Amino acid sequence: MKTLGQITVLFCGGLLLFFTSDFPDFGDANSPASLHLSPYFIENTLKDTAVPNVVTAILADYRGYDTMFETTVILTAGLACFLLLRIPKREVKSRYYLHEPTGVTLRFEGDKYPQKSDVFKRIDSNWVPYDLIINFTCRLLIHFIQIFALYVVAHGHYSPGGGFQGGVVLGASVILFAISGNLRAAIKRFGEKTAALFSAAGVFIYAGTGALCMMIGEHFLNYNFLSPLLGTDRIMARSHGIFIVEIGVAVTVMAVMIWIYYNLSSAGKQDEGL
Amino acid sequence: MIIPIDLIILVLIIISAIAAITVSDLLSSAIILGAYSFFLCLLWTVMGAVDVAFTEATVGAGVSTVFCVAAIFHTTRRTKD
Repeated sequence: MKTLGQITVLFCGGLLLFFTSDFPDFGDANSPASLHLSPYFIENTLKDTAVPNVVTAILADYRGYDTMFETTVILTAGLACFLLLRIPKREVKSRYYLHEPTGVTLRFEGDKYPQKSDVFKRIDSNWVPYDLIINFTCRLLIHFIQIFALYVVAHGHYSPGGGFQGGVVLGASVILFAISGNLRAAIKRFGEKTAALFSAAGVFIYAGTGALCMMIGEHFLNYNFLSPLLGTDRIMARSHGIFIVEIGVAVTVMAVMIWIYYNLSSAGKQDEGL
Repeated sequence: MIIPIDLIILVLIIISAIAAITVSDLLSSAIILGAYSFFLCLLWTVMGAVDVAFTEATVGAGVSTVFCVAAIFHTTRRTKD
């Protein structure tokens, strides 16, 4: 069976390698893509949309449908992780508490545990004492990571970046907080319900912008028609429309990344985790 | 002799890809996969696709490595079957 698999893999890989020789060379000026599609975008993007970054304009404007359904795919991934992994709240067998003045760890069984106490602190069953350096560094870094993420989202028109990347970086900052402290502290700040709501809200912002264009004018996701609402001319309206849509993508991606992390790291219990 | 930088990166990508599937420890496999993503990100930067490189660096090397580690955290060293 193993040799059969290896032969299949080698055969398919060989076929792939054989047929890549038919592809046009890297950066070939005479390939069909460079002859018909690219010149149009390179010449007309700035005229049409007032966005210097061609990639962002293609992703969010010319190919807006694609990006909308990509965002929906991300939402579906988050939902799939939630539906597969999440376990409804059930009785916790035992909890560990640290008695802070003495440093003694106590194990409580059943529902006999200190509810809200100043001296007892809940710890994970595989708890290791937090490293001061890691904790402090993460705390320092998180603000800058979040500001950088907002910059990436807002500056996607002019530099590499945009909704996807900014959203992932924003989500990573919360994940970093969960890793450096503990999962419950992160869930307290950015709860599961918030994550679910945000991941749906991002897709709603995207599709809602398209529907708004349809209500005012005639075409779905044609931001030209937003110009009376935004108070700009038709070309700048497309630039602003791209920005609104990017915010929607960023919100969805951020929430879904955090949501998947919560479910994965705690095995669906959302109580103790990495 | 001048070796083009994309050739060096390509060799590193292949080495890390083979290492990721041959290594027997899951955690080191995940980390090598993260390194593989970073080399891929470098290759894309060399080829001029900066947006794709940025996405690969954030999603491929950053978050998916964290997801892999979070999932491996729940496995045991020896299988039960």
